[in-house]
Amino acid sequence: MEMAYYPGCTLKTNAKSFEDSAIKAFRHIGIELKELEKWYCCGTVYSIAQDNLMYRLASIRNLIRAKEEGFDKLVTLCSICYNTLKQANLMARNDAESMSKINAFMDEEPDYGGEVEVIHPLQILKERMWEIRSMVKKPLNKKYAAYYGCLLLRPAEVSIDEHENPRIMEELIEALGGEAVNFPLKNECCGSYNVVANREAVIEANYRIITNARKNGADVIVTSCPLCYFNLKDMQRVVKKFYPDFVELPVQYFTELMVEAFEVKQ
Amino acid sequence: MNWLLDKVEELSGENLYACYQCGKCSAGCPMVEQMDLLPNQVILHVIRGNEEVVDAKTPWVCAQCYQCGVRCPKEVDITKIMEALRLIKLRKNVNHIKLEKVRKNLPQIAVVSATRKYTG
Ligand code: SF4
Ligand code: SF4
Repeated sequence: MEMAYYPGCTLKTNAKSFEDSAIKAFRHIGIELKELEKWYCCGTVYSIAQDNLMYRLASIRNLIRAKEEGFDKLVTLCSICYNTLKQANLMARNDAESMSKINAFMDEEPDYGGEVEVIHPLQILKERMWEIRSMVKKPLNKKYAAYYGCLLLRPAEVSIDEHENPRIMEELIEALGGEAVNFPLKNECCGSYNVVANREAVIEANYRIITNARKNGADVIVTSCPLCYFNLKDMQRVVKKFYPDFVELPVQYFTELMVEAFEVKQ
Repeated sequence: MNWLLDKVEELSGENLYACYQCGKCSAGCPMVEQMDLLPNQVILHVIRGNEEVVDAKTPWVCAQCYQCGVRCPKEVDITKIMEALRLIKLRKNVNHIKLEKVRKNLPQIAVVSATRKYTG
């Protein structure tokens, strides 16, 4: 089966390992992630001001590209892209007034009314846990803390699962043979773009989140977001300088666990 | 006349008077340690027309994580109120960060997001 895939900026650079492992893992379960022929940055951090429709145009354009290419679903890996596209799509479906302005403004584009559905790969996996279980060749043998962060879960109307206590990633970890530990901070924010202008916020969040995962017995933290990955993994080096007692923890994308457990070759 | 309250309500679409100051938003905010005003205090300041709130650290540390909004028993979405306060400043053509000072080697997603949040 083929599904339209929207990469977003970071999947082509910092998060290349996320894209590569996702394409391999999904091909293995029979889903070909077909990259949109044309796509643009989604705009990131969905614009929430009442009067700012301008910042929502990029997302709508991407959704139009998917529709034009004949797809009714659009898959995206990055949590921020997912959140931004999904919220824009909800506006397209539910806010006729804003959409009539947007459609009129983008008169070079066909009108859009939310026909495409934005989905996150974890939602696809949820429907196929039994199949995933049967494909495992080398069961995972570590303890994992599933980290969702904010944008896969909030606002509630875009959540991929129950927003206060999501379970999808834990189910995946268990299907792959690993052990999912309790992790109360799984839906807490990593500090996000604060890493640009207020690193202290990210250092504090990193210390709190990683330490909490480790105290709950985790060997690895699992994520689905290139920015969480950066803030939780790459920033550990900096955290160590501020907190001498800090013990580092590996961070992996959920798709990397799939590749490992399925023993996917090229 | 409280222009600040009017402006925040206009930009956020939220009714600040619905807030009954229970503090649940602040209790769950992951960035609260970095803030100079608690999210529920921000609401009070806006209601009282206290203009200094625009220069507080709090809106700039807010990571738009939506935690406060989903937990508020009165359905006040503070996430949007924080955005309104940022915009009041940014729309005067004042940038909150100097782009030339941004560190190298950050992922694009961080830089693009920060540009959206901290520049006008
Ligand atoms: S949670 Fe809601 S009602 Fe309670 S203080 Fe915060 S904004 Fe006000
Ligand atoms: S959206 Fe901002 S104020 Fe609300 S919980 Fe998150 S960081 Fe705190």
